[in-house]
Amino acid sequence: MEILGLLFDGVLIALQPLNLVLILVGVTLGLFIGAMPGLGSVNGVAILLPITFLVPPTGAIIFLAAIYYGAMYGGAISSITLGIPGASTAVATTFDGRPLAMQGRASLALVTAAVASFVGGTVANIIFTGFAPLLAGVALSFGPPEIFALMLLAFATFVGLGTDDIPKTIFSICFGLVLGAIGFDQISGAPRLVLFDINGFLQGIGFLVLAIGVYGIGEMLWTIEQTRGEVENTTPKMTAKGMVADTAEATRKGWKGMGIGSLLGFFVGILPAAGATPAALMAYGVAKMTSRRPQNFGRGEVDGIAAPEAANNSASTGSMLPMLTLGIPGSPTTAILLGGMVIWGLTPGPRLFIEETEFVWGLIGSFYVSNVAALLINLAFIPVFIWMLRMPFTILAPVIFVLSVIGGYAATRDMFDIWMILVFGLGAFVLRRLDYPLAPAVLAIVLGPIAEPTLRQSLLLSQGDPTIFFTRPIAGPITVVAIILILLPALKLLRPRKPGRDGAA
Amino acid sequence: MSITKRTFLTLTCAATLAVTPVVSFAQGWEPRRPIDFVIMAGPGGGADQIARFIQSVAERYDLTSRPLVPNNQGGGSGAEALLSVSGTSDPDHTILVTLNSFFTTPLRQANLGIDVQTFTPIAMMGVDPFVLWVHVDSGITSFDQWLETVRGMNGEYVMGGTGTGQEDSIVIAFLSGAYDLDITYIPYDGGGAVARDLAGQQIMATVNNPAEAKGFYEAGDFVPLLAFSDERLPAFPDIPTVRELGHDFSYANQRAVVGAPGMSEEAAEYYRAVFTQVYESEEWQGYLESESLSPLWMNADEQRAYWTTQVEAHRELLAALGQ
Repeated sequence: MEILGLLFDGVLIALQPLNLVLILVGVTLGLFIGAMPGLGSVNGVAILLPITFLVPPTGAIIFLAAIYYGAMYGGAISSITLGIPGASTAVATTFDGRPLAMQGRASLALVTAAVASFVGGTVANIIFTGFAPLLAGVALSFGPPEIFALMLLAFATFVGLGTDDIPKTIFSICFGLVLGAIGFDQISGAPRLVLFDINGFLQGIGFLVLAIGVYGIGEMLWTIEQTRGEVENTTPKMTAKGMVADTAEATRKGWKGMGIGSLLGFFVGILPAAGATPAALMAYGVAKMTSRRPQNFGRGEVDGIAAPEAANNSASTGSMLPMLTLGIPGSPTTAILLGGMVIWGLTPGPRLFIEETEFVWGLIGSFYVSNVAALLINLAFIPVFIWMLRMPFTILAPVIFVLSVIGGYAATRDMFDIWMILVFGLGAFVLRRLDYPLAPAVLAIVLGPIAEPTLRQSLLLSQGDPTIFFTRPIAGPITVVAIILILLPALKLLRPRKPGRDGAA
Repeated sequence: MSITKRTFLTLTCAATLAVTPVVSFAQGWEPRRPIDFVIMAGPGGGADQIARFIQSVAERYDLTSRPLVPNNQGGGSGAEALLSVSGTSDPDHTILVTLNSFFTTPLRQANLGIDVQTFTPIAMMGVDPFVLWVHVDSGITSFDQWLETVRGMNGEYVMGGTGTGQEDSIVIAFLSGAYDLDITYIPYDGGGAVARDLAGQQIMATVNNPAEAKGFYEAGDFVPLLAFSDERLPAFPDIPTVRELGHDFSYANQRAVVGAPGMSEEAAEYYRAVFTQVYESEEWQGYLESESLSPLWMNADEQRAYWTTQVEAHRELLAALGQ
């Protein structure tokens, strides 16, 4: 019960007038930063870090955490309405959010994203409150072999789906892995795949560049080609009654995705080197795998929106855990928050919970308040976002193009990235015409750069012995499950060869 | 839609606050647009923490008439940052926060065509020493005991550090050479990840900077054994230096600010004045002390001379590493 007392004090701190204003401003700013393609929570927190010197440290971290939270909600907005991922964490949301919006159900997609974000955030907050110090130990027990095993599992969920064309899925994953290998090798420091000696390739292919190219430009070309500009203009209307109905439908159809996303997201979030983007993609994969209607994924399935959106909010709370308890950032955004804490004169790490009770519990209390604020503000803005969709596609297409280019440039301020966005956009369009699934490539470019170094680190640890992935207590079971999942489709491929026995399958 | 309007207003106010430049009264050259403050490391590591600290001090005292905008370019051990800064179209508004990869990366990647002497010296903010750490559960409390343990493991002693050819691997290669040790080296992408995996006992020892290991040391998880500094570190007075053990070796990570090649002398003078004020601020002096950095203030000519000696020293160290 001591924890509840501390939490109560924390919520009271978060509700102090100054902190409450900071939460409201932070969440709103975050919502728009997240919704702007190219700008994500990392940029938002980095840009606004200096102005936090005007308030005490507790207010400062509450403000930045609110931006982080708001951006997780906001990222879904442009993913759904425009098909451009608002932030890398919201890429998985485009998979089903965009198709649902194209069916004239944009309001359902946006409401699902908001509700799932709220559920993910709330579940994560409860786990965080109850088990933070305990889970910090779990995070530490994940060394390179465990992380590699987890990455293998993530790939397996995408291969083992069974509904897509398996060889094409594997090709797509391999293509993503090759793109992920471009740039400097972490282990040896040697440059790899610097195509045509263009220096731009030295820094590797930015994930957001790929995502904006594939989903912004590629999706726009696809829509133009499919409809010849004749997009049937469903004019979605928003009423309070409609929103209530949507909320009910989102909960009914998406509860499973929300559950998976909330739990998986938190767990992936607390692991080092992961963060919200892999969490969202993995949640999507698992939701699809465990769904009774996997064939609907990618065509506007509510679970396909709920899982990644619950996961990215849950993971953003989760990644605060190693930051506060160990002083280790769980995501790029928390890395900047950590820098902020040093500047405010706090030492993040194992002693923070004991020495800075007000700071820590004020922050945890603010998670709860921010989450409610973000849900309400997001719901309030949904009619505005829906309004964007009423524009005819002949106007929307150029808007998407311009936003994609600006978004790609804003992230790195490098013209090279713009050319890459256009190349990826055209490439994605061609691959889609040939019926290649693109989501696995996107997953591979996120997870490949985590999987490859951890594989090599593990093999260095074991002096080259691959049994390290089976003999360690945590890595072992994960590896075995991953291998079974990868082999499942192989078995399915074998089955149709004897149609006589089980008839029409 | 009253909520919409109100929140939109607050949003606008906050945005205006964030971008309003503060007028300063310095004489002579002044920046005309936001200053690109490039960091040659990813977010979260030691170099990034320091860059953001410097930025915050400059911000707090309104030292620059246009804001410093941090820009992490950590790719390729800093190669990404070096290329972009030396190729900038606006050298007067581009400065770089450096670490030792400023010396090692151009040596290891000669094809980049980077000559560090073309950069403009601005300020040497301090040097960050290296310390040998083990986990408290290993039971090791002295450097001699550590040597014994490593020798007894026949090459199965695992140490972690930053990428091959970077600072940590240089220090560990020195240790292996000087004491004839057989150590398995695991490269990580940053000092924070290295410290974390020592805390989780995935690896057995590290040579983290004190700033990176501080939290775990204070919690009693890490034990320092040896310092690679010239003098004993005030924060760890009982820990011997490698010099005391009879080796002519010390190694530290530079925390310096340099200007882009081709920066005008007026602009360089402006930034030197700014970073002198940062250096002398109470905050920076406090940071040097709490994070165990050593001061190493130099003027522009001394910095150039320091670069020359560091490039030569690193050429030899890398040659010894087989790079």
